[in-house]
Amino acid sequence: MTGPLFDLAVVLIRIGVVFSFCMGLVMVFVWAERKGAAYIQDRRGPNRASILGWTAWGMFHPLADAIKFLFKEDFVPDNAHRAYYVIAPMFVIAPVILSVAVIPFGPDVSIFGRRVMLQIADLNMGFLYVLAVSGMTVYGIVLGGWASGSKYPLLGGLRSAAQMLSYEVSMGLSLVGIFMVFESVRLSHIVLEQGELLFGVIPKWGVFVQPIGFILFLTAQYAEANRTPFDLPEGDSELVGGYHTEYGSFKFSMFMMGEYLHMVVSSVIVATLFFGGWQFPYLHDTGFLFPGGFSVSLPEIVVLLMRCGSIFVKSLFFTWMYVWVRWTIPRFRYDQVMRLGWKVLLPLSLANVFVTGLVLLLLER
Amino acid sequence: MEAFLFILFGAIAVGASIMVVTRKHPLASALHLILAMAAVAALFVLRDAHFLAAVQMIVYAGAVVVLFVFVIMLINVPEDRLPVERITLFRFAAVIAAGFLVVEGALVAGRFGMPGGHVAGGGTLEAVGRALFTDYLLAFEITSVLLLAAVIGAITLAKKKI
Repeated sequence: MTGPLFDLAVVLIRIGVVFSFCMGLVMVFVWAERKGAAYIQDRRGPNRASILGWTAWGMFHPLADAIKFLFKEDFVPDNAHRAYYVIAPMFVIAPVILSVAVIPFGPDVSIFGRRVMLQIADLNMGFLYVLAVSGMTVYGIVLGGWASGSKYPLLGGLRSAAQMLSYEVSMGLSLVGIFMVFESVRLSHIVLEQGELLFGVIPKWGVFVQPIGFILFLTAQYAEANRTPFDLPEGDSELVGGYHTEYGSFKFSMFMMGEYLHMVVSSVIVATLFFGGWQFPYLHDTGFLFPGGFSVSLPEIVVLLMRCGSIFVKSLFFTWMYVWVRWTIPRFRYDQVMRLGWKVLLPLSLANVFVTGLVLLLLER
Repeated sequence: MEAFLFILFGAIAVGASIMVVTRKHPLASALHLILAMAAVAALFVLRDAHFLAAVQMIVYAGAVVVLFVFVIMLINVPEDRLPVERITLFRFAAVIAAGFLVVEGALVAGRFGMPGGHVAGGGTLEAVGRALFTDYLLAFEITSVLLLAAVIGAITLAKKKI
């Protein structure tokens, strides 16, 4: 196989695999949301859609939903600003898909004697790229709210603009500690560093070196994803459906997909930054090596599969946590959301940066 | 390839900037402003100034323009009440003057030659950070004091009672 062609194929395959991985997770997530909500509320949840009599535990419901949305009438309200109304859902979904590009899904592997990284792009600016790209999603929500030409969506859009701006500040700042500890913003480097051991016993995962940063980041992520308890932009008891009240058919579906995709991507990011990414505890290139000196050697392919499976399981756990939180904690009031963002999260994340710097300086001495 | 990308993103930046000043609806202007900023960020990436590109997107496209949009939506002037701008002689002359400025800029640039190839690690996060906190520390600190003054000023203007 010739060189450039091989490289091109690898790039295309990587993009395809990562894209379908995230889309697949969205589908599982929608299913888990409905089923999880049902079990938390002591119901059975969706269990009717079936193919040839097989219901697959309600797994076909997301599929049926997608088909239903596709075949509904594509409707634009009279009062809407047509062009903006149409591009708004794209603004929600595109940046989220783009931000997956820098996440490493495994260590470098060699295929036909060439090194191939399991990451679409290993950028120098690393996580800054995620911040830069995902900051664009707010326009989708704001535009959708404004372009609908209706009062409730406008209020939803305004709320979302204020909320996302406020939480973006503490989201960025809560990660400064992580970047200081691992001395890089490059995600592949951060994951490699997390393979080491802390005091020779526990894995040096982000959550163990930056526990406060983890809680702050997770909270900010919930607010950024407009997720309960921060789902004010679409607070259905006050705003009908918030910014997507006037949307129907597949455009509404794109808003939904964008929202779920956002949560999937943020779960993968939390797993990567704070829970070791593809690192499996005590698993080295040749097999397990436990602190007591006990070791088990494993073939290379098993190690690789365990590592890729490890980030998958971690991401699944955090998507499940989104469901869990949504059906447990009620929605905040708007002023409480703002107060939490500016008066609690922001000072705490600044203090976290200061303390991290101090500890690093003392350790260096 | 690089020349092609430069021309592509440069054209997008110039075209979007023209749209910013010619659109009737302020929201259309704001959206084109985002496009122009994204194109300029792409130009930064072509010059290996990755950090600058990221900051451009995070701060300008991701925060400043959101505030513009926020204000435009909050005021929400109905379409038929938007002011209509006309082409006056003065504006026509201004466009011609701008054309002369572009030609002049091109002549000057042609005389001195374009700034040469890439500086190794010139715009990476490490390089920018090191330069900022060693050689330009004083300027950096003074800028932060200036920003602090601006923040305090904004609060005093916005709040009648502190």
